[in-house]
Amino acid sequence: MAERLLDVTELEVSFQTEDGLVRAVDDVSFTLDRGEVLAIVGESGSGKSVTVMTLMGLTRSPNSRFGGSAKLSDTELTTASEQELQRIRGKEIAMIFQDPISSLSPVHRIGDQIVEQIRAHEKISKPAALDRAVELMERVGIPRARDRVRAYPHEFSGGMRQRAMIAMALSLSPSVLIADEPTTALDVTIQAQILEEVKQLRGGDSGVLFVTHDLGVVADIADRVIVMYGGRVVEQGTLDEIFYDPQHPYTWGLLGSITRMDRDPPKRLPAIPGVPPSLVNPPEGCHFRPRCPHAFERCGEVPPLQGRIPEAPEHLDRCWLDLSEKREKREVNGRIGLVRDTVVA
Amino acid sequence: MSADASGNGRAQLVEAEHLKLYFPIKKGVLIDRTIGHVHAVDDVSLSLTEGETLGIVGESGSGKTTLARCIVRLLEPTDGTLRFRGQDITHLGRRALEPMRQEAQIVFQDPVSSLNPRKRVGQIVGIPMRLHGIDKDKIGPRVRELLDRVGLNPEHVNRFPHEFSGGQRQRIGVARALAVDPRLIVLDEPVSALDVSIQAQVINLLDDLQDDFGLSYVFIAHDLSVVRHVSDRIGVMYLGKLVELSPAQELYVKPIHPYTEALLAAIPVPDPTENRARERIVLSGEPPNPIDPPSGCRFHTRCPRATEICSQVEPPLAEYANGHAAACHHPQHVSEQEIAAATYSSLSPRSAGRLMPSGEEAPLDGGGAKTAGADSGAAAAEAEHARPEQAG
Repeated sequence: MAERLLDVTELEVSFQTEDGLVRAVDDVSFTLDRGEVLAIVGESGSGKSVTVMTLMGLTRSPNSRFGGSAKLSDTELTTASEQELQRIRGKEIAMIFQDPISSLSPVHRIGDQIVEQIRAHEKISKPAALDRAVELMERVGIPRARDRVRAYPHEFSGGMRQRAMIAMALSLSPSVLIADEPTTALDVTIQAQILEEVKQLRGGDSGVLFVTHDLGVVADIADRVIVMYGGRVVEQGTLDEIFYDPQHPYTWGLLGSITRMDRDPPKRLPAIPGVPPSLVNPPEGCHFRPRCPHAFERCGEVPPLQGRIPEAPEHLDRCWLDLSEKREKREVNGRIGLVRDTVVA
Repeated sequence: MSADASGNGRAQLVEAEHLKLYFPIKKGVLIDRTIGHVHAVDDVSLSLTEGETLGIVGESGSGKTTLARCIVRLLEPTDGTLRFRGQDITHLGRRALEPMRQEAQIVFQDPVSSLNPRKRVGQIVGIPMRLHGIDKDKIGPRVRELLDRVGLNPEHVNRFPHEFSGGQRQRIGVARALAVDPRLIVLDEPVSALDVSIQAQVINLLDDLQDDFGLSYVFIAHDLSVVRHVSDRIGVMYLGKLVELSPAQELYVKPIHPYTEALLAAIPVPDPTENRARERIVLSGEPPNPIDPPSGCRFHTRCPRATEICSQVEPPLAEYANGHAAACHHPQHVSEQEIAAATYSSLSPRSAGRLMPSGEEAPLDGGGAKTAGADSGAAAAEAEHARPEQAG
């Protein structure tokens, strides 16, 4: 078995706000192994970003409360001191953000920003660090890297900036690389280029935690998938398990509502009715209950995240329906979906 | 959305001929000197019939949003002709545009910045009616009716935009566009800011509204899978040029322009098995600078099939069967016969050469040569002719 890098158990993150306590992350558990790409999928407000930002220690504030544990080898990330975090960040665990323009400093040269990070962790001369920066930039596909280390972020295009971010994140060969929607702001042709770079990391020394809302991207790069909804993990499994044997009605809805480019479109898109829950005042029991057409009495109680398929004990979900019922109910017009098309073609 | 929407017998709603929009780049402290132009939309011709949905796709910087804003005359074209219901509106002034404004509305991409945060929903949806002189007493009930129609609670007229979610805000934008009974709604990336499950809701709503009110849509998006779902015809733009125009479904099985093919290949399919099996063409490089676009075919700098001719002669739009047109010297997914049968499209840019993909020069008396100086009636007939004749 591959080496375990990250072990998150029953992680809870809540924020005290004017409106009340927001339980952004509620009982989230997962692991990340060396060389694998783990995708976290969810809509806005599902808690996916808060989860990964907590791993980086970026959600700490007087208003935030943490529970459970998130262990990076032997370090407990939720309680580590600032000094300890500073030592780990960049070196052990690095992050690529969605918006590269606001995550790079506009007044420093790209090369200098990479050099600064390297020199913060390693005793190495400036020219040697710069050589390493050039090498990294070449590795992520930035042409004429030797000249472009001297460029400022505004001189780069969106795709190039994101490459620079990846180069920076990889500069100290971190064991865990977190990518929070790294391609959302990019055009599809550029997204394809960046995803190729991420795929290069597969099977390597790092484990990648990839946050996205795009199931197409997930199908392209992930080994395993976590589906989040309303701050909780609702389903977790391998890529094929999630796409071909999804257990949670929310996953059905997600899979059903995507428009497929390679198929004839249905007359009507099967949408998930309703809106995502408020995390200040979430529905009791299963968070998906108000939008779920298959909900029944028992859903007033929170279903535990557990393996419910005897043949696939690692495939976990949070739904009370039993296995045969799920397999029957998710079948909508010959494909996986949550609700029947309302209009007859 | 309906298969016969582009069929014959329906009136032309929008006709654009050789539409150009260049943004000047100014430099200087006291006296502005124009040092160049951004070629945002460069000689694009297209038409839209009543009840039809025309999808426009392209990457950022392809000029699709500028084209959309031109069509509703939020921007004044630099050159070319734009007709709305047969009337030339290319250079009309603000007052003269008023009647057209009532018929052509726009829904913007970002539902946060396109709604005034200080106005209540009732005011936001009611403003277009007030501006177009609709009776004050009628506005209130009509606003409630509209909110109800787009799936919002009519009781919420007195709420502010921030009290709604993203999908609901986009519904408010749609209600506002519907307020004055338009014929045409330009949808500029209406769902890209929304979550997937909410996207489907909004697209279904747009679909229903089109059926109920007989609306025409121009649907701008960068997401080819969403466009496929809503469009009757799709235009693909690259760096200010229209490079392919096709019946919606055909574009996905038979992309003729290499750029369209690359664009389709770049989109990951939400199916792991198919994704593994698929051969991916990953385009290298990025779109060139629209201030100084490449010569000849604008895509030649990134095109895997480019030859010498591509950098020298701009390809004309060649018209294949089914009203499928593409501007490429090396068309794909078409047989020798289809290439030989292709005709010079009257939608071709004026700057394009007359060299057809078959290697023959298009005769000067055919196709678009006439549109340049011809009167509008003849041009309209040309455009009519250029429209696809679908089987349905």
